[in-house]
Amino acid sequence: MIGTLTGFIDELRDVGIPVSMVEAIDAMQAVESIDLANQVALRETLRATLIKNLRHERAFDTAFDVYFSRLPPPIPGLDQDDDGESMDHAPPQSESGEFDLDDLLRSLLDALESSDSDGLRAGAQRAVDRLAGMEPGRPVGGTYYLYRTLRRLDMARLEEMLFEALADDDVMSEFDRRLLREDVTARLETLRRQLEEEIRRRLVADRGRQAVARTLRKPMIEDVDLMHATTAELAEMEAAIGPLTRKLAARLARRRKRRSGRLDFRKTVRKSLATGGVPADPQFKHPRPHRPEVWLICDISGSMATFSRFTLQFTHAMSSQFSRLRSFAFVDTVDEVTDFFGPGIDFGSALHRITTEAEVIWMDGHSDYGNTFEMFLSRYGSQISPRTTILITGDARNNYRPTRDAALADIARRARNLIWLNPEPASYWDTGDSTMSEYAKHCDSVHEVRTLAQLESFVEKLTFSGVRAS
Amino acid sequence: MEFASPQSVAGALRSVGYLPNDRIAQVVFLAEHLGKPILVEGPAGVGKTELAKALSAVTGRELIRLQCYEGLDEAKALYEWNYKKQLLRIQADADHNWDEIEQDIFSEDFLLERPLLKAIRSEHPSILLIDEVDRVEVETEALLLEILSDFQVSIPELGTIEAASIPMVVLTSNNTRELSEALKRRCLFLHIDYPDPTREKEILEARVPGLSGHLAEQIARVARSVRNLDLKKSPSVSETIDWARTLLALAIDEVDEAVLGDTLHVLLKYKTDIEIAAKELATPTG
Repeated sequence: MIGTLTGFIDELRDVGIPVSMVEAIDAMQAVESIDLANQVALRETLRATLIKNLRHERAFDTAFDVYFSRLPPPIPGLDQDDDGESMDHAPPQSESGEFDLDDLLRSLLDALESSDSDGLRAGAQRAVDRLAGMEPGRPVGGTYYLYRTLRRLDMARLEEMLFEALADDDVMSEFDRRLLREDVTARLETLRRQLEEEIRRRLVADRGRQAVARTLRKPMIEDVDLMHATTAELAEMEAAIGPLTRKLAARLARRRKRRSGRLDFRKTVRKSLATGGVPADPQFKHPRPHRPEVWLICDISGSMATFSRFTLQFTHAMSSQFSRLRSFAFVDTVDEVTDFFGPGIDFGSALHRITTEAEVIWMDGHSDYGNTFEMFLSRYGSQISPRTTILITGDARNNYRPTRDAALADIARRARNLIWLNPEPASYWDTGDSTMSEYAKHCDSVHEVRTLAQLESFVEKLTFSGVRAS
Repeated sequence: MEFASPQSVAGALRSVGYLPNDRIAQVVFLAEHLGKPILVEGPAGVGKTELAKALSAVTGRELIRLQCYEGLDEAKALYEWNYKKQLLRIQADADHNWDEIEQDIFSEDFLLERPLLKAIRSEHPSILLIDEVDRVEVETEALLLEILSDFQVSIPELGTIEAASIPMVVLTSNNTRELSEALKRRCLFLHIDYPDPTREKEILEARVPGLSGHLAEQIARVARSVRNLDLKKSPSVSETIDWARTLLALAIDEVDEAVLGDTLHVLLKYKTDIEIAAKELATPTG
């Protein structure tokens, strides 16, 4: 046990979860007082002692499945409802015809309908047996097998069948249908999790814990590359960004308060009159924090939309740190969108309003940086002051149109600072239609910002403007 | 209180009307067994504070509560010298030897106990609830460390006071900021999320007498549906309980679009949230 546990803790540390010595010892002690055969107890015990941050739970669960899933999984009464085809004897891929998909679907449906967890596990095992077509020795993470199983199971059909089975006979209102639909989704999600667990279990049996753990290792959500995030990861990022922005805002507010300045001689002398000329209570100059005026110019064309959204959200969360914050959005022309972000506004709907109401498309809806900068200069150029920090987010992929970088040069001359954030890796800049270096020569700095963590640290630096350092 | 197993923890909590899931029962069991504090985190209104109250009810121990807020300091959390009483004492016999008086006024008689000290000096083990610990500044957090790991308090004039009994400590946090590593390291971490419909139905039935099983199930399912929306503040468990009470008082036994539309303001507290939910789910009458 100690061996597995230290291996598990090492794995957590490798993923990037900080597990201290004390916590490891706590876990070992805690494990002694529980029933090791009980998976739930073991999982919750290790979670409580080793994981101190909600964001680490996903990585913890994956690692736990790999390290502590039992082999082979004991399923009570599997042989009976399995038509005699026990998983030990059956070849992993039986000839078509022998295996009855409808029968499997029916038993899964029964289990789903009655929320029977043992039945569901048995069904998941059979499904993986029959449908995943697992090949021993292939160094894959299992997602491929999962999708193969799901495709062959025909989840859409299963969903319909489950919906029918759970629906009342009489006519249902739209509202009831919606509730039921959500119920069905939740139940299918448990099936999906069972399948995933089952596949992982077999991968572990095949290739050993450490090898599987390595292939499954997922980066922390703050470190996921924004440009290549999956839909699920994006959803997670959206959930994570709220707390991240709040934390950053709190941290900045606190830091401002603590800063104390140089001795204010005049005030100290004035105050010392009250104590008979003895300067008992020294007074300090409180440095007036420099609050930059920030203008955000965001590319909201398809590929950049997510990145721009996160940048907008982070920057707006910090708006109290700026003397003024204005936002502009563009695709092939530019429009001011500051008013869409009133206090207490919901970001999803604000973004939606921008894409529908703001005038950001002039020609064909493909990014045109050149036209954007010229339009920007002519409309807002006169308002740029030497206090303005301008922040541009975009990949500088100009669809092979003229760069017209003279306009950007003019903007840069008027502003205090011009900073460009590019979510693409620096090695991709200037490849294809990217014109990053054309624009970069007018910017005070260009940053590669590929993850939420990088974005967070950039915004933090911005509040101590003017960030010139790269 | 000695719990034999997580199951007996769950049973005991159920008996006082708190319905724990496996995770909660397991962590409470461990905390009791290892003598470690529990740090409970989760959205507002899922029963974090309630857990401490339920534990107090189950064990019959006194609940000592320290409500945290920005600006909380030692004098409010730990102890304070009763300086008015000290002044009186000094004035009462001014002719006494100063050393004697000094000895005297910095003694137990002049000490004002605040929650943390009280929990430690209590003869009988108590439940110490440190509520919303994320509201205090990082510096103040350090104040808690000595108590949480060693169960002792150092008072310069009196020396170190060790715990007469080990209190069971529950800290809650709404996660508005990251707590310090040092604090987290000393605690067992327990994240409580919104309950799934099955558990929420049980909670509703336990908390709202007279509620029919059918209605409770509907409420729980609607609650999940509303929480799935992208809202500023999702309805908490206490708000679904309020909603259940409202429906009961209105003698409604079937939830549909119209009912939801008319009573959404019980479930949601922001105008924008109500608008979103109404657009997605409900069609109010009139």
